[in-house]
Amino acid sequence: MEFFEHKLSNGLQIVAERNPHVHSVAVGFYVRAGARDETPEESGVSHFLEHMAFKGTQRHSADDVNRVFDEVGAKYNASTSEETTLFYGAILPEYLPTTLDLLADIIFPSLRDDDFNMEKKVILEEIGMYDDQPGFLVYERAMQAHFKGHPLGQSILGSVDSITALTSAQMRDYHARRYVGGNIICAAAGNFDWPSLKGLVEDLCGHRPSGGGLRSTTIARPTGGLDLLVRPASSQQHLMALCPGPAAAAPQRFAAELLSVIAGDDTGSRMFWELVDPGYVESADLGFHDFDGDGSFLTYLSCNPEDVEDNLERVQGILARLNSGDFTEAELTQAKNKTLSRIVLRSERPMGRLGALGSNWMYRQDYRSVEADLADYQRVTLADLKSLVQQYPLQLTTLASIGPRDSLPTP
Amino acid sequence: MPPVAGLCTHTYPNGLTLLVESMPDVRSAAFSLLVPAGSAFDAPASRGAAAVLTDWMLRGAGPLDSRELTTALDNLGLSRSEGAATVHISFSGATLAEKLPEALALYADMLQRPHLPEDEFEPSRVGVEQSLRGLEDEPRQKVMQELKARCYPTPWGLPNEGSLDSITTLTADAVRAHAARCVRPNGAILAIAGYVDAQELIDLVGRLFGDWQTKPDPVIESGPPGPQIDHLPHESTQTQIGVAYHSVPYNHPEYYAAWAAVNVLSGGMSARLFTEVREKRGLCYSVYATTNTLKDQARVLCYAGTTTERAQETLDVLIGELVRLKDGIAPEELARCQARAKSSLIMQQESSTSRASSIARDWYHLGRVTTLAEIRAEIDRLTVPIILEHVHRHPAQDFVVVTMGTSPLEVRRGVL
Repeated sequence: MEFFEHKLSNGLQIVAERNPHVHSVAVGFYVRAGARDETPEESGVSHFLEHMAFKGTQRHSADDVNRVFDEVGAKYNASTSEETTLFYGAILPEYLPTTLDLLADIIFPSLRDDDFNMEKKVILEEIGMYDDQPGFLVYERAMQAHFKGHPLGQSILGSVDSITALTSAQMRDYHARRYVGGNIICAAAGNFDWPSLKGLVEDLCGHRPSGGGLRSTTIARPTGGLDLLVRPASSQQHLMALCPGPAAAAPQRFAAELLSVIAGDDTGSRMFWELVDPGYVESADLGFHDFDGDGSFLTYLSCNPEDVEDNLERVQGILARLNSGDFTEAELTQAKNKTLSRIVLRSERPMGRLGALGSNWMYRQDYRSVEADLADYQRVTLADLKSLVQQYPLQLTTLASIGPRDSLPTP
Repeated sequence: MPPVAGLCTHTYPNGLTLLVESMPDVRSAAFSLLVPAGSAFDAPASRGAAAVLTDWMLRGAGPLDSRELTTALDNLGLSRSEGAATVHISFSGATLAEKLPEALALYADMLQRPHLPEDEFEPSRVGVEQSLRGLEDEPRQKVMQELKARCYPTPWGLPNEGSLDSITTLTADAVRAHAARCVRPNGAILAIAGYVDAQELIDLVGRLFGDWQTKPDPVIESGPPGPQIDHLPHESTQTQIGVAYHSVPYNHPEYYAAWAAVNVLSGGMSARLFTEVREKRGLCYSVYATTNTLKDQARVLCYAGTTTERAQETLDVLIGELVRLKDGIAPEELARCQARAKSSLIMQQESSTSRASSIARDWYHLGRVTTLAEIRAEIDRLTVPIILEHVHRHPAQDFVVVTMGTSPLEVRRGVL
């Protein structure tokens, strides 16, 4: 493995990890543009813009975009989160120039009115689709309730009202603000030649506008509480609870990840043994999500509506014991074994490495090899976990729920 | 010394087949273990038995109780999954190559020496019941399950978890009977891919599974499929649409032509369904067609989800595209399918997990493993006339249509 980096004069950065032993290469443009960067009037514009990238540019028609990706056999897509819009493709090495040319072009789309109005219908369908999936919707509502008043509480999809009202002029304005050199990282992982990759990106992106850079962040001060959406036709009761955790750049993130595996991994965790294994719930897990300048632990449960109180009590018991520092060395070792094995498996494929490479650079301006990450997980001790739960006790600070229940106890 | 790249097959006297693909460029090893005891073998009065059994088998085996067994699997860093499918119950996993032998030993105990403890039956049964309830809140998956149940003769398309009715009355004795009748080495497949040595594995698997006793193959009684056109009332924002029609299975000489036909419809974002239904008309977010293959029969399954007011137009455009395929295919459409296939095949070589599941599937359907080079040759050989001939011989017609939402749709005359 060999790491390369380069910064263009407009601020756009290239980071690349070369592995000559793989057959393909994955490349992605990470843009520091997500729901948290939107004004209330623009709610949903980052995600809508991600769709518009596939509707054509000055050099490529909409049909061209999908056709060329398919012609080179790319595995490609795009995604939008609270903080990042990502456009990526995995291809055979000989198609890297064509794929880079296309990716670099579509992130500066034409945004024609006809396409904008047609794609608006697709976005409204996507909102409708997620509205019928309580497991997804409960995440959105929990984030909105927990981070109320903070940029991280802003919806990724936007609402039917905000999308209906959005204009292409607003989208152009947002694009001009966010899609600038300092907000864009081009990451590549796999089998490539560095001098030609660097030259290509310089040629394709060197003329793009400069500006942007790290966003200023504040830590949220969640007030907590219950957000209940009554859906009488829902079969299960879905619950998502959030509490504060370390931020993406915090050194405790390794301990936080291992804590989440001990507490709520899908097998062998505290929540597995006390809730899933006995059949008390359909699913129960606890995850760690880190953001720019902030972080959260998320607890998810779905169960029979009449069992909610009993299950919440079980969860609170688990969290209370963990908060008191009741961990064992065996649990920590098991969490490390699982996590290290997952990292190694994921890293065997260029797409797996691309994710780690891009987010390390986006959040920490740091290159981390697989070995460096493995070593940092190995170093975590029981004392680290204890100090983590003292600083960030696991709680059901904000609870969102969807299902037939018309009342629930406030956490 | 690193293993030499290549494939090795070995069938033991008890009928278990071991397939090994050595991949010197990875450090992981993955396995896929298929045991012919899936939900199609459920006794009609005990639907869901295979699903409950799969979970119950993990609750203690050999010298380990339930907790010790799960802990042992977790300590090996095994990323695993298990479940009942139509024909097989399957156990799969991946971890660092040096941990594989210990993992296989645990699975050998699970299959040959499961405890199936009485007091752990109810949690296993309730777990399956919970997933059936959860499915009610996942309309996209639910409609496809209902579609399968209506387009295949029973039991081939029935939900693997049974129904809420059948699972409520399922007994521990019925599940034990399923295990006694169906869990057997004859017809079982263990596929392993990764940084492994074939000869070492042939010896190891022989020691671990060689004494597993054969059993007679159980007989499956087949019955008629469900209604061809059906609507399930569901309070939701979107209407879910499922459409199915006949195709040819994986072992059929025309399989690659059938594969290409479905790829012209749904093989990428430039394919017809995505272009016509979503890009040109904005009718939905998600639309696709995929081939679902059993050993001796197959269907193309299509999905679209859209808001209720636009559901009729979506269904009409979707079926229109399926029927239009026989009118012609552009050479560029085929070229894109071939390019996508080529890159997928090459990328498969980077993933021990994909290779393990592919070679297991090949052995089940074909009784041999196709090499990536053979598949590549089959795909390169395709021409537009070959695909069109297939489409004319197996046209999109006699549709099974299942919708789920607030109101039913009209399936136009002439398409049935």
